[in-house]
Amino acid sequence: MDLSLSSGIPLQAFLVLAAVLFCTGVWGLINSRNAVRVLMSIELMLNAVNINLMAFSSYLDGQLIRGQVFAIFVITVAAAEAAVGLAILLSLYRNRDTVDMERFNLLRW
Amino acid sequence: MTIASTTQQICFAVLSTTVVAGALGVVLLPNVVYAAFLLAGVFLSVAGLYLMLNASFVAAAQVLVYVGAVNVLILFAIMLVNKREDLAAIPGLGLRRLLSGLVCGGLFVLLIRVAFTTPWGSGPEPVGEEATIRIGEHLFSDYLLPFELASVLLLMAMIGAIVLARRDVFSQDIGTGEEVDQGLIEKARTPLLLDRSAR
Repeated sequence: MDLSLSSGIPLQAFLVLAAVLFCTGVWGLINSRNAVRVLMSIELMLNAVNINLMAFSSYLDGQLIRGQVFAIFVITVAAAEAAVGLAILLSLYRNRDTVDMERFNLLRW
Repeated sequence: MTIASTTQQICFAVLSTTVVAGALGVVLLPNVVYAAFLLAGVFLSVAGLYLMLNASFVAAAQVLVYVGAVNVLILFAIMLVNKREDLAAIPGLGLRRLLSGLVCGGLFVLLIRVAFTTPWGSGPEPVGEEATIRIGEHLFSDYLLPFELASVLLLMAMIGAIVLARRDVFSQDIGTGEEVDQGLIEKARTPLLLDRSAR
């Protein structure tokens, strides 16, 4: 019923967009000094993965959209991860009085 | 939802530009509050992309969960750890940024190459607007166990977050030594709540 979906935009466009988003997230994850920004970068990477899942589900698995179900589970896990991550961040801030990633070096050799 | 091809391309261009610009802003802006609001823009644009892929249920879930819950949580975290601190300079920061940029660029080239050299073929006709019905069927037949496990996971995450973020509350007032009315514990007179960092 919806051939314009496949003809309008190629699948590769979504893949390239997701790759850009994922690499931006990885760069931010490595280079952020603020711990809140690290969590935001993780959210960016999860969204990039979700874009990939949704694009594959729509272009290659059009009848049994299993990718969309997976995307829903990823969203659920991402919400749980954000809640626990921010709680850890809060108790870390109470203990060390900073959010600077460079000063969380207790386990560094 | 059938839109003309040109309209679709314009929508995709606008949404993907917003996503990329917002993601760069999240990573690069010095003010973390602006970064959090740009993150909401990225989430909304990704929801728009889902709508273009005829996935209205996942788009609604994206808006509700990411913009409504995760982003608000991040804003609360920014408010709770709101301290202006001058980050101490660390040696080799430029080199580290350059190296990580190279690694990310290499990963990007690899992903692009995979995306353009793989013969993806074409799948069956997409279900279009029946997607929500199919998702419901999946969630209550072959994905029932993961669906139930997700509820347990969310419960565990909720309890874990409460335990981790809870402050130490004493049963006696530190200042006066009198018993504390537990019902009033959230009305923050400072002696009632002991901040661990104040020790």
